[in-house]
Amino acid sequence: MKKWGLYISLFLGALVFAYPFIWMIFSTFKPDGEIGNIALLPIEWTITNYQMVFDRIPITKGFFNSLIVTSVVTTSVVIFGSITGYALSRLKWKGRDTLFSISLLTMMVPFQITLIPTYILIVKLGLTDNLAGLIIPTMVTAFSILLFRQSFLTVPQDLIDAARLDGCSELGILFRMILPLSKPAVVTVAILTFVANWNEVLWPLIVIRDQELMTMPQMVALFAVGGGADASIGAQLASALLLALPVIIAYLIFQKHFIKSLASTGLKS
Amino acid sequence: MIKKLFKKINPGVLLSVPYIAHLMLFFVYPVVFSIILIFHRWDIVTPMEFVGLKNIERIFMDEVFLQAVLNTGIFLVLHIPSQIIIALFFAVLLNEKIVARGFFRTLYFLPVVVSGVVVTIIFQQLFSYDDGLFNQLLASISLPQVPWLVSENWAMPSIAMMATWKNVGLYIILFMAGLQSIPNDLYEAARLDGTNAWQRFYYVTLPMLNPTMVTVVVLSVIGGFSLFIEPYVMTGGGPMNSTLSAILYIYNQAFNFAHMGYAATLGLFFAAIIFTVVAMQRKFVETELYQ
Repeated sequence: MKKWGLYISLFLGALVFAYPFIWMIFSTFKPDGEIGNIALLPIEWTITNYQMVFDRIPITKGFFNSLIVTSVVTTSVVIFGSITGYALSRLKWKGRDTLFSISLLTMMVPFQITLIPTYILIVKLGLTDNLAGLIIPTMVTAFSILLFRQSFLTVPQDLIDAARLDGCSELGILFRMILPLSKPAVVTVAILTFVANWNEVLWPLIVIRDQELMTMPQMVALFAVGGGADASIGAQLASALLLALPVIIAYLIFQKHFIKSLASTGLKS
Repeated sequence: MIKKLFKKINPGVLLSVPYIAHLMLFFVYPVVFSIILIFHRWDIVTPMEFVGLKNIERIFMDEVFLQAVLNTGIFLVLHIPSQIIIALFFAVLLNEKIVARGFFRTLYFLPVVVSGVVVTIIFQQLFSYDDGLFNQLLASISLPQVPWLVSENWAMPSIAMMATWKNVGLYIILFMAGLQSIPNDLYEAARLDGTNAWQRFYYVTLPMLNPTMVTVVVLSVIGGFSLFIEPYVMTGGGPMNSTLSAILYIYNQAFNFAHMGYAATLGLFFAAIIFTVVAMQRKFVETELYQ
């Protein structure tokens, strides 16, 4: 009897979290006049909403811009984060602990402080309306360094000494031995960086004005705000669905890793 | 020659060079420059003009700034308790012996990974006054319609509600982890003392979940002061500035009015508020724990 109440609550919860997405999917196939209907399924199925999205905005271009920015940033954060994490955990040198303290400090400084000056720096470097302006500021993050450092500290010193005796270079030790032993950390950093950058919209809105260079979330947001959708809710929802799809697919495939990685950002504080 | 030089330098220093360079460019430079900006008026195009403490004086007379702080306060007062209660409720349910735990967890967490842009576009229609789903549901049980986004009293609570829906999945996971870390002995001991289930929840579970509560509050405060895309897409900060957030105000000052100096000053003030709230929270929890 008690179990019944438990399952009913869990199902109601599932409905609350899933229904808006299900509603979105079906609404993109409705003519605008029908979207206000309480019925979930369209009476008249249509693809005009998607046609309107592809006619009005270069959303395919936006997809590839986002893909370029996200994959370059993710690769870079894994490489430079692990290199720095290695230097801060397994190598002895003067100033190491100071640099580690500084990296912790940078995580405590809210981005509200650096937002405007970083924009001015990007202007001075001539990187506005340039995908590099989206990539370079996040090529390495303190959080990835911290995560890699913690993970590398668990690798036995004997293994490192043995590799060094075999004449392995420091980068060789890192990429051939330590990194393959630290797969969970690599997965966590990669997922966090991918999701954060795929969904980032404030920074692109500031740096990119040329529609051909816009990222997908930026394009979709401006499509909804800027009147490009002619107040067509169906077209706005269709563009939103196209934006959500890559992340949702990746999430459904790697859900356990996604949940574990994103929960780790909560544990850091 | 160069190779020889490289060999002399400690590899630890060498490997840290890319990060140090990045740190100089994207941390040290912006922080120093933001302090310079506070004392200047600048539109990026014409030369900087030194204005002394005018930007700081202006903040204290700026009613819109005060409104943005107040809006964030309203957001947090609604958002934090509802997140804690809902997350705790589902975390306790999911920690029972049930089938299909993974299925429920996957669904609850789904809004967390999806872009805020998507969530905002969906809810904009759900919140619609005339034909939105929420008002239709209210009408179907003969309740009056709610002016979700069109009334200045309702707009911020509506955004807080949407943000709770989007973020609560993360806190369900954190509370589940917190619940699993409570040693069973504590419950056994409490049971021997003749307590009922509610007393055990109140005297054992809740105090042991204190660290998770701190995390929820800290992340919510940071999130509240980072709120941007939701009001940007839904309301543009209106009606009557009632959903103007800290970041939206900085964005408007910098990119609509080209007030770089004032925008940087605002950024520093909002950061100072975040810092104070987070530090106070930490202090409060520490004293609670050591009593």
